[in-house]
Amino acid sequence: MAPVSSASLQITAATPDPALLDLPWDVPLEDWPAATIAALPRGISRHTVRFARLSGRVVAVKEIGEYVAFREYELLRQLRRLDVPSVAPLGVVSGRHTPEGEPLEPALVTEHLQFALPYRVLFSQTLRPDTATRLIDALAVLMVRLHLAGFYWGDVSLSNTLFRRDAETFAAYLVDAETGDLHESLTDGQRSYDLDVARVNIIGELMDLQAGEYLEDDADAVAIGDALVTRYTELWHALTEVESFGFGERWRVQARIDRLNDLGFDVDELDITTDVGGTTVRIQPKVVDAGHHSRRLMRLTGLDVQENQARRLLNDLDEYRAATDRQREDEAFVAHDWLTEVFEPAVRAVPRELRAKLEPAQVYHELLDHRWFLSELQHRDVPMDQVVASYVKNILPLRPDEQAVLGGVPGDMRDETGVIPVVEP
Amino acid sequence: MATVTFDHATRIYPGTERPAVDGLDLHIEDGEFLVLVGPSGCGKSTSLRMLAGLEDVNSGRVLIGDRDVTDVQPKDRDIAMVFQNYALYPHMTVADNMGFALKIAGTPKAEIRQRVEEAAKILDLSQYLDRKPKALSGGQRQRVAMGRAIVRQPQVFLMDEPLSNLDAKLRVQTRTQIASLQRRLGVTTVYVTHDQIEALTMGDRIAVLKDGLLQQVGTPREMYDVPANVFVAGFIGSPAMNIGTFPVLDGAASVGNSRITLPRQAIGTLTDDDKGNITVGFRPEDLDVVPAGTPDSIPVYVNIVEELGSDAFVYGSLTDAFGSAAVIHSTAADSEVTVRIDPRDVPAKGSQINVRVRPHLLHLFHAGNGERIAIGA
Repeated sequence: MAPVSSASLQITAATPDPALLDLPWDVPLEDWPAATIAALPRGISRHTVRFARLSGRVVAVKEIGEYVAFREYELLRQLRRLDVPSVAPLGVVSGRHTPEGEPLEPALVTEHLQFALPYRVLFSQTLRPDTATRLIDALAVLMVRLHLAGFYWGDVSLSNTLFRRDAETFAAYLVDAETGDLHESLTDGQRSYDLDVARVNIIGELMDLQAGEYLEDDADAVAIGDALVTRYTELWHALTEVESFGFGERWRVQARIDRLNDLGFDVDELDITTDVGGTTVRIQPKVVDAGHHSRRLMRLTGLDVQENQARRLLNDLDEYRAATDRQREDEAFVAHDWLTEVFEPAVRAVPRELRAKLEPAQVYHELLDHRWFLSELQHRDVPMDQVVASYVKNILPLRPDEQAVLGGVPGDMRDETGVIPVVEP
Repeated sequence: MATVTFDHATRIYPGTERPAVDGLDLHIEDGEFLVLVGPSGCGKSTSLRMLAGLEDVNSGRVLIGDRDVTDVQPKDRDIAMVFQNYALYPHMTVADNMGFALKIAGTPKAEIRQRVEEAAKILDLSQYLDRKPKALSGGQRQRVAMGRAIVRQPQVFLMDEPLSNLDAKLRVQTRTQIASLQRRLGVTTVYVTHDQIEALTMGDRIAVLKDGLLQQVGTPREMYDVPANVFVAGFIGSPAMNIGTFPVLDGAASVGNSRITLPRQAIGTLTDDDKGNITVGFRPEDLDVVPAGTPDSIPVYVNIVEELGSDAFVYGSLTDAFGSAAVIHSTAADSEVTVRIDPRDVPAKGSQINVRVRPHLLHLFHAGNGERIAIGA
């Protein structure tokens, strides 16, 4: 850590960005000038939170007590090290004063997650039952991952989560670790309390959207909250439960591993015990690691994308391999050719001015959808270059920019009850 | 409403040998405000989380009323963690913000309204029930958050350092508010803090923990006047008690060239473990400034005078005449004594004063194990 100070101002950061000093730290966050602020829809927070532009990116700034600020900064750093999807902490700014010498609360600065969508944006329209399910699924996966890593959240809610498109699903990221704690492992009580808080908060947040008439009254908030509990419980059991079978059925070991791979998890350590007579085998995954497909794609192509995007891309790679009749060749060579001959040309064909719409991997996912659509329509295999041309001309321009400033809402969304921008659910 | 009982409750974290909470025996009365206090790592938060169901109890039991809740899930314990989450929903009215958890639980509308109105009355929020949170002040918003816990009518409120996130001014205000609110509601409350001033000002009783062991439970007055051991004596009170260990010679504690006469019964209780020493404690306000030469008086060299208007404190050292064996601990520093003096008659910095402990306000402890030596009133 390198503390940089300007007068009494203290910036604690692992790799301090000098541009941090240019932000108006002597002004209470609530009064930050519109020129500094990026218009981003915010979740519901008990603290003042603003998004600011900094060296060409966007950062989230939260005013918070000093002890809590440093604590959350450390926790977020630890979560990053544990490879749990969470926002990256940039630093803590303390020792703030107004020009008159009045002390101001310290600020925790985190990097804004590019292409991330707050739930208020995704839910704030006609809620397709399918969108709710996808968001709840994503949050359940995030909670299971956090709990496996020993993280007790303490205040799970949609407001404390950001969502990123992940092929046809969403991936959830933790954005607020203020009430959290890292433990060696969690007790059942901690998990169950976290889950209960999550349920009540989600229902409350949805009821709030209904009260604000952003969400239709007939959407069943309680059922959506309950769905999280069900999804979490299923996933937790699939990942952790003990399975017993006869000695002759040892194929079930591999079957269990395959099943976990399908869920997107790798098994790093599996406990196998037999009873004294050796007739019964018991297996229980001890260490599981999310990101099975994204790790595989990374190994083959160097592409760093999310789990379901990776799943989609790997399927396309498999198709390419079959179509080019190269099944017997080393997969790594085929993957390299797929990357340079198929993926990269397609993504590069997106004009520069349209690149802030979606992440490249998400664009590719949509191209695959579009190819299917065109091929169905024209009853033939439409080649990728034609697919790209049609997509760039007909689909992408209609999409809102999701990189940072959602929906291009002018000005500052200081008021949490303000207009919520529109994106495709 | 209910009592809370820790019955020899122990928590050992996986991979550690020393219990984080070691055989805690504590009974909290119905409606009581109990504060768990101690330095960081003492086991206070772990104790609270055992009661909440967030930490396993490795041995012993936890009871709410007569019900053994040791293996009951947190949501089925009928407790409320207050302040854990107080983000308010912007589009809901104050009433809906307070009552939505009841709505989720399927409570009938009329009953929700009634409970919300009762809570609002206690919280002075009645006239704001139909407004949106945006129209409220910071303090009012915080009360709405409290209202959320109140309408659930739990058996026990649990609060874990709820003020740590507030600035100093709001902390004092909220401290008073929580204490008076708890008295009006009469709900059994367990409150965790590291701050002994919060403990003294808020609790009906205080439980001091250290290294996972309960040191003492009592009313704020008992903890202050009759600390059970040297740790409690030094922890409770600000400025802290002056505490030093001295050899016992001729029925007195030998403080350098000076002496403090000890009650005969106290000397009779000394053990081999004490090795002929006694630990003596006296609070800064229990000293009188006396003329030089007064029996049992101690000369103090004035290092700093701190004037607070209503009070004044001398932070001083024992003068050179006193042997190097004399070690005194107080808030100031080792080998320093804190003396409260008449704010209208303060000595000059660098001067010497003579002080004498009021004999009946002397605290005596075994030098060996730190336990209090009881001397009849």
